[in-house]
Amino acid sequence: MKILKSFGYLLGLPLILLAWWWLATSGAPNFFVPTPAKLLTTFVETWFGERMLTDVLPSIMRLVVGVLAAIVLGIVLGLAVGLNRTLRAVTEPVFEFFRALPPPVLVPVLMLLVGINDGMKVAVIISGCIWPVLLNTIEGVRSIDPVQNETSRSYGITGFSRIRYQILPSATPTIMAGVRQALSIGLILMVISEMFASSSGLGFTIVQFQRSFAVPEMWSGIVVLGLIGVALSFIFQWVQRRVLRWYHGLKEVENAV
Amino acid sequence: MTQATEPSTRAAAKAKASRLPSKGLPKWVLGLIGIVVFLGFWELMPALGVVQAKYLPPASEVIAALATDLGLTAFWVAVGDTMAAWAIGLAIAVAAALVLGLVIGMSPFLRRFTNSTIEFLRPIPSVALIPLAVLLFGIKIESSLLLIVYACFWQVLIQVLYGVADVDNVAMQTARSYGFSYAQRVRDVVFPTMLPYLMTGIRLAASVALILAITAELLIGSPGLGKEIALAQSGGAISGMYALILATGFLGVAINGVTRVVEKRVLSWHPSVRGEATA
Repeated sequence: MKILKSFGYLLGLPLILLAWWWLATSGAPNFFVPTPAKLLTTFVETWFGERMLTDVLPSIMRLVVGVLAAIVLGIVLGLAVGLNRTLRAVTEPVFEFFRALPPPVLVPVLMLLVGINDGMKVAVIISGCIWPVLLNTIEGVRSIDPVQNETSRSYGITGFSRIRYQILPSATPTIMAGVRQALSIGLILMVISEMFASSSGLGFTIVQFQRSFAVPEMWSGIVVLGLIGVALSFIFQWVQRRVLRWYHGLKEVENAV
Repeated sequence: MTQATEPSTRAAAKAKASRLPSKGLPKWVLGLIGIVVFLGFWELMPALGVVQAKYLPPASEVIAALATDLGLTAFWVAVGDTMAAWAIGLAIAVAAALVLGLVIGMSPFLRRFTNSTIEFLRPIPSVALIPLAVLLFGIKIESSLLLIVYACFWQVLIQVLYGVADVDNVAMQTARSYGFSYAQRVRDVVFPTMLPYLMTGIRLAASVALILAITAELLIGSPGLGKEIALAQSGGAISGMYALILATGFLGVAINGVTRVVEKRVLSWHPSVRGEATA
């Protein structure tokens, strides 16, 4: 009974929405909105075939490479800057500017500097995603509890082991918040870099469908992007739960007191 | 670092920390140095031939182009268009998210009932809607609005839901036993607890809205700074393009600054802000 109830909660609204969509479209055919059945068949026909290899997977590869590189670079640079008070003050205004710069404007810039190729698309993703990670790492390192710093200093924990066992763990919750922002920016930039100047990739294909008024195909492309977004968010939540298990445990203990 | 030197370095560090505000360079001077170094680097890159000047003009040229832009009506019209899309989109998203968030958050049933749908719709990137926007609205401002509203709505809604969930049970039950009506409970119990969350949501949404306003203009060609950037780029006005990009950066900085000030003002009564002020 209890399982049934939670299933009802989980699927109730989605099913109602699906039924509503089906009812709304099954009467008079609407040019802009395909019926659910039509969308499903188009989805399978369009994406499960050659396109998977030529457009979808390369796009996802670029996204993964770009985001991972941005995370690694952001954390390394963030540690270097965050641990040095002077460096932090020197870089702050410039970094704040780059964080405030809307990342999509980087596409035309990198098109000029790198040219139109895969490297450009990865460079766009890196240069857009690095700022939230970098600035959150700096902030995380800066706001470490001073007692912790003094403790590790009096125990003579320095250098790599201090970074590995004290600084990185205490900055991780802040860093993860930055990674989350970086993921959604990365997905946006993946699509935009392909819409702007490309002859392959997800973004290009979807725009192509829209320009040729292939409406059900266009919708199926939107669904693909949506699924990628949802998948990324699940992966992120899974990683976050693992990485921050100690942190959530600590919070629970603190809140219980 | 050996054991013997440990106490003395610590004392020195402490002394240094207490001395810092008076001695050593103040923070804004260091920041200024950073900006100057960055601009100098930018100026030298094309001069030394690291990149070609036709792809990355020196900083001086770009700043000069920006200065000319500042005197042009067309530039301010573009800024106005971008900011109009930003403001209208943000306002619609915040209003819708606030109302829906309160209604859903106040009812445990609705919260559970909508959870799976919200978690599924939220991560869908709003750029996925670009083709739909083009199909429905073409290059009108509504295209930008569709993207902005979709992206900002979830940011604010999630924060409002967190905020409502954070309401103290005892306060809620007290209000109920004193016979507070639904509207009174929302106004006097839920709203004060939720406000910091709402402000966080608005602050995040404000920068997201700018990103999407520029994106829509860049890709779809709805009027605004992004469209001007695309035009400058395709027309080969490279320093003009960099100048416009600088301008979008300054807009972003201004939006971040203003939202931070507004957040502080609105929450001046809240312990989190009061604590920050005294610390």
